[in-house]
Amino acid sequence: MDTIYALATARGKAGVAVVRISGPLSFLVVRQLTGGLPAPRQASLRILRDPAGEPLDQALVLCFAAGASFTGEDVAELHLHGSTAVVSAVLRVLSEIDGLRSAEAGEFTRRALENGCLDLTQVEGLADLIDAETEAQRKQAHRVLSGAIGQKVESWRADLIRAAALLEVTIDFADEEVPVDVSPEVLDLLAGVMRDLEREVRGAAIAERLRDGFEVAIIGRPNAGKSTLLNAFAGRDAAITSDIAGTTRDVIEVRMALNGLPVTFLDTAGLRDTGDTIEKLGIERAIARAKNADLRLFLVLEDGLTADIEPIDDDLVIQAKCDVRETTGPAISAKTGDGIEALIVKITDILSARASGAATVTRERHRVACVSALKALEIAVTEVKLGADRIELAADEMRTAIRALESLVGRIGVETLLDEIFSSFCIGK
Amino acid sequence: MKHTDFDVVVVGGGHAGAEAAAASARMGARTALVTLTLDGIGVMSCNPAIGGLGKGHLVREIDALDGLMGRVADASGIQFRLLNRTKGPAVQGPRTQADRKAYRLTMQAELSQIESLQIIAGEVSDLLMDGSRVVGIRLADASEISCKSVVITTGTFLRGIIHIGDQQHSGGRMGDKASNDLATRLMDFGLPLGRLKTGTPPRLDGKTINWDILESQPADESPVVFSFLNSKPKLRQISCGITHTNEQTHDVIRENLDRSAMYGGHISGVGPRYCPSIEDKVVRFADKTSHQIFLEPEGLDDDTIYPNGISTSLPQDVQERYVRSIRGLENVKILQPGYAIEYDYVDPRALRSSLELRDVGGLYLAGQINGTTGYEEAGAQGLVAGMNAARASLEMPAIEFSRSTSYIGVMIDDLTTSGVSEPYRMFTSRAEFRLSLRADNADQRLTPLGIDIGLVGASRADVFAAKMDALKAATDLLKSKTYSPNDLKSVGIAASSDGSRRSAYHVLSFPKVQFQDVINLDASFAEIAPDIQNQVANDALYAHYIERQQRDVDVLKRDEALLIPDDFIYEDMPGLSNELCAKLNRVRPSSVAHAARMEGMTPAALTLILARLRQAAGRKSA
Ligand SMILES: Cc1cc2nc3c(=O)[nH]c(=O)nc-3n(C[C@H](O)[C@H](O)[C@H](O)COP(=O)(O)OP(=O)(O)OC[C@H]3O[C@@H](n4cnc5c(N)ncnc54)[C@H](O)[C@@H]3O)c2cc1C
Repeated sequence: MDTIYALATARGKAGVAVVRISGPLSFLVVRQLTGGLPAPRQASLRILRDPAGEPLDQALVLCFAAGASFTGEDVAELHLHGSTAVVSAVLRVLSEIDGLRSAEAGEFTRRALENGCLDLTQVEGLADLIDAETEAQRKQAHRVLSGAIGQKVESWRADLIRAAALLEVTIDFADEEVPVDVSPEVLDLLAGVMRDLEREVRGAAIAERLRDGFEVAIIGRPNAGKSTLLNAFAGRDAAITSDIAGTTRDVIEVRMALNGLPVTFLDTAGLRDTGDTIEKLGIERAIARAKNADLRLFLVLEDGLTADIEPIDDDLVIQAKCDVRETTGPAISAKTGDGIEALIVKITDILSARASGAATVTRERHRVACVSALKALEIAVTEVKLGADRIELAADEMRTAIRALESLVGRIGVETLLDEIFSSFCIGK
Repeated sequence: MKHTDFDVVVVGGGHAGAEAAAASARMGARTALVTLTLDGIGVMSCNPAIGGLGKGHLVREIDALDGLMGRVADASGIQFRLLNRTKGPAVQGPRTQADRKAYRLTMQAELSQIESLQIIAGEVSDLLMDGSRVVGIRLADASEISCKSVVITTGTFLRGIIHIGDQQHSGGRMGDKASNDLATRLMDFGLPLGRLKTGTPPRLDGKTINWDILESQPADESPVVFSFLNSKPKLRQISCGITHTNEQTHDVIRENLDRSAMYGGHISGVGPRYCPSIEDKVVRFADKTSHQIFLEPEGLDDDTIYPNGISTSLPQDVQERYVRSIRGLENVKILQPGYAIEYDYVDPRALRSSLELRDVGGLYLAGQINGTTGYEEAGAQGLVAGMNAARASLEMPAIEFSRSTSYIGVMIDDLTTSGVSEPYRMFTSRAEFRLSLRADNADQRLTPLGIDIGLVGASRADVFAAKMDALKAATDLLKSKTYSPNDLKSVGIAASSDGSRRSAYHVLSFPKVQFQDVINLDASFAEIAPDIQNQVANDALYAHYIERQQRDVDVLKRDEALLIPDDFIYEDMPGLSNELCAKLNRVRPSSVAHAARMEGMTPAALTLILARLRQAAGRKSA
């Protein structure tokens, strides 16, 4: 069995970053890094050194012996200072040790499972696999499958099973005294479930936003004060969750939580006409990115909006630099802080309103299941209307729909479902 | 190996026993059929009918494997009706009323012709053991027969108790004594036994029925028979009468409920929900003022009438009163009172899918003893048990039937996975792959397997090969000719005008399209033989769905291929509830698919099992 390692906490700047190592070589690695082995389950402060003896960091080191660890194997945890540089240095040193490799997605959890030492009610995410009614599951923060999804699926399933049963009775008990035409009730039940499923499918995108964060793009001319505004936001109560340089040098991303909603502000390149081809490219990208965002915040001066992109829906148009000029309508001064509070409230309101339309289903896998159930039900309705000689086809479509929903909660195709779940796990959990 | 008198001994000559003995002999095993009385072989204990929805599918599957039931029913059928004729072929079920005597005699004649089969009259009272293996049987007269495998098919006979009102006596069915010694032996094995019950209506004297005022139901004009080897019934076809219960009938029943064996608290066993007694109907559906009754003649030269729909365990005098309150039956004479029977069954979760008991080597169970009800269910299990008992005694591995290829597979999987909470009966809705598991293609699904393992004889193999050739030629022809939407419109077939050409085969799957419609497209299709026309039309209708089902079948097959070893240990798996652990230990699922279908199984527990299996596999390959 390989020894694996991974960063167990989120990437990026933080107070502490934890690197987890699991497998037979774990303790050897700790010895190599610290020159000794702390007593199991006792936090000890140690200096980590690279093979050349150079210190990497002062870290809290924790060891768990096989049988008494998360994965069931020897496990070591290195609680490092949460600096990107420290973390990458340590990971690099680990990567150079023979017999060690970086963990695949979900591999720690998988090992925990395979070693049979997983406490199913405690591990986040594996709540997915637990019966939708257990206490523990409802408490799971992780949303792979919340009790709510299970309950909804259960109620759709109950309705569909009822509808299927109605059809089946006319099939399997045809030689007995049973109602001949059950289609009105069947169609009624199907319509109800389809309505719900449609709502879920529509709301799935929002739900995904809730997981991954809303994007708000700040747009304006180069000197409109976008960066100052961003800094002003960052300086408020809204907590910065991370700030990573954008994928292109043209977009700066800042993640924060607004009233519990995850929001990423995008500071885009200033929009202006330019002869510079590189800058032009940057601007085009900024515009494309802004168009894809969930909300746009146009920061304007006397000369108003630019022609490249226009506000739509709830987009906000805000007068900038109200400390140095006369403005009408919503205005801010990033410098004095005037209007910023109100702007944050406004943005929060807009996003909260959208979030309230979120579906219960949160993942692409869930959405796909709902869509295929929906499709099958649409055909089922057609077949039911075609009459008795197509009834077994209608029944089959309904079975397909039921199966699609069952696959959502994991009753069939266990193997595929598992692979799906494991691959969507965050590394190191 | 030690010399034995026989390879296989089958105990019981009912529907399961007859198929078991025949299948074992077809497999080439030296077989003995031991049953209480020779003329009791092939007796229909209850209704004189074979087939129906789901049940008809089983009969076709038995026939596809060269079993007896289909041919015997064809030879004795007196009212063939294809149920669900107006619905799709996947849910059509052939059924016939049988001439009770003809059925019994034909079955006896069929069995007596089988060379490697010896039929012995006697009561099996004990099993001979070598450790935990069965090595023979002992008869009530203390004689012994040694063998390698035993198939028990004693139906309702194990500690059977017959109830008529508050009267009760021991009996295996009316007129037969119960099997109590054998039941005791099975108890000693520590097998999980339960009690079930079932009932039968009074038999009426047809000469005392006023037929003139009753409606009647005729046989089908073009009868559809069971066997793939036959094309028409042998006996004259008859009609049966229809009458109804009324408020007065219900009043009589209601007033006497406390004298019914079922309602007087005399019976502890559970009865079938879908085959309720008239007492049940009156109580549970109190707002219904009338129930339909079919008056089915029990034979061409027999005046006995089987009133289908009023099985009862009321006292005889009450039976008389309620029956006579029914239109047309005002002066009827009851020939034999209705009764209920309560009997032992073995929890089928104790069986492997070969129908061998998990804990008693060489001992197979089939039929009503496994908690099922019905001749067809019994026959199908008998065939599987007999075949596997023979294979085991010839040192060949067991054959298992998958849910994806047969109703037999569905039934055995249901039984061994979920057990029974009431007498188990087949329905088409139990089969998730119903569109591919049709009565019309049972031969395509199973005969090749039967030929492979030697269960199907040469003459059927020839018939099958000829049919497959004709079918393939017809299918190829229909697939090779394509038509534009305009071509189709010209013969009155609605098609979307997307310009794409469709094959005649594809056109056959359109709603409302009949084979005649494609003949209108090309007269040469008329040369295809009528039975092949039907078959291609059925295959074409579902072709699209079957492709889709194939994906589900693949998922199932993958999970079925994840075998769980017999000695898999569940105890030390953290995260498994004690309850589930106990259940898994009892059922001992043979695969992940099997485990997934267990009642109360959770996705989490499946994951654990799967993980443990993978770990074990990893260790082996490492
Ligand atoms: C009262 C009654 C009502 C029923 N109602 C229905 C119904 O409504 N619907 C339905 O589908 N089915 C009904 N059935 C069930 C149907 O008859 C059975 O399911 C079917 O006959 C079972 O077949 P089998 O082969 O398992 O057993 P059986 O047909 O019962 O055959 C058992 C055989 O075993 C023999 N035998 C028993 N003990 C011994 C022994 N110790 N040694 C040697 N031979 C032995 C007997 O002689 C008999 O030949 C009813 C049965 C009864 C008795």
